[in-house]
Amino acid sequence: MDVRLTAADGYQAQRSYSIASAPADARLELLVDQIPGGEVSPYLTEEVRTGDAFEIRGPIGGYFVWTASNGGPLLLVAGGSGIAPLASMLASRAATAVGLPTCVLYSVRSAQDLAFRQELDSWAKQDPALVVGLTLTRQAPPDWPGYRGRISAEMLRAVAFPPSQSPLAYVCGPTAMVEVTAAALVMLGYPSARVRTERFGPSGDNT
Amino acid sequence: MKPASHGATSAEPDVLDGNAAAGALRQVFAFDVTSADVVCAGCGNACCIGELRLYGLPMGHILRCPHCDAALIRIMALERACWLDMPQVRSLRISVRGT
Repeated sequence: MDVRLTAADGYQAQRSYSIASAPADARLELLVDQIPGGEVSPYLTEEVRTGDAFEIRGPIGGYFVWTASNGGPLLLVAGGSGIAPLASMLASRAATAVGLPTCVLYSVRSAQDLAFRQELDSWAKQDPALVVGLTLTRQAPPDWPGYRGRISAEMLRAVAFPPSQSPLAYVCGPTAMVEVTAAALVMLGYPSARVRTERFGPSGDNT
Repeated sequence: MKPASHGATSAEPDVLDGNAAAGALRQVFAFDVTSADVVCAGCGNACCIGELRLYGLPMGHILRCPHCDAALIRIMALERACWLDMPQVRSLRISVRGT
């Protein structure tokens, strides 16, 4: 979805965001990662007040989309704010496809960077077919029960469905993470047509 | 393959992909083309428009082949007109049933 802001002097800035809420949800939810020195994200994360109006365009884009008819098993791999479109898929799955074997691998720098943690916990609690793996790449508390370090071929081999089950993978995150993950999945035997990717990161004219 | 490095520590800026150009493309095309298959005239690589690499410009977008880096689609929205330039696209396959 595109969000366009217009300043009092007419200057406009536009950014694209993935929708984090499920299609059936009456509210539209976006996850905005604050980019230090950014033009749009510090405004959206710090300045915006209830009642402010934006121009939005969308939802648009049918490539990085999952619906129950796409089936599974489903492997969802997220880096940082790349969790947003996957959270939307998980919300949709919780409403329409409970019991579908699904594995989530979500990588962030530290525990405080985890978004949708409550939702992930509660979806996984309600449905044993959903397994959520979290990995912290920079700082992990001593009692951290999840994975440590960046997503790697070894980590994927440990958590991902074997290719013989014909899984469908969605990978969303910063470019380098997406490329490493997609290449590792293809190496594990996933057909590239079953690995859909979306790159996230600072965008726009000044970066 | 490039060495593994994550966004914030990467020497290269993050490059987005064709998914983020959905809005700009929707101004021109009657369908959502991010899930359309595109064939690169340069190297013959076939993929979805959503998988192309997106480079932002002050006035528009350039979508490049993820395999050979050829500029497949350039789209520029000016005040009175929108320019679409597809110098290296051999074909586009747009699914009309949305699947």
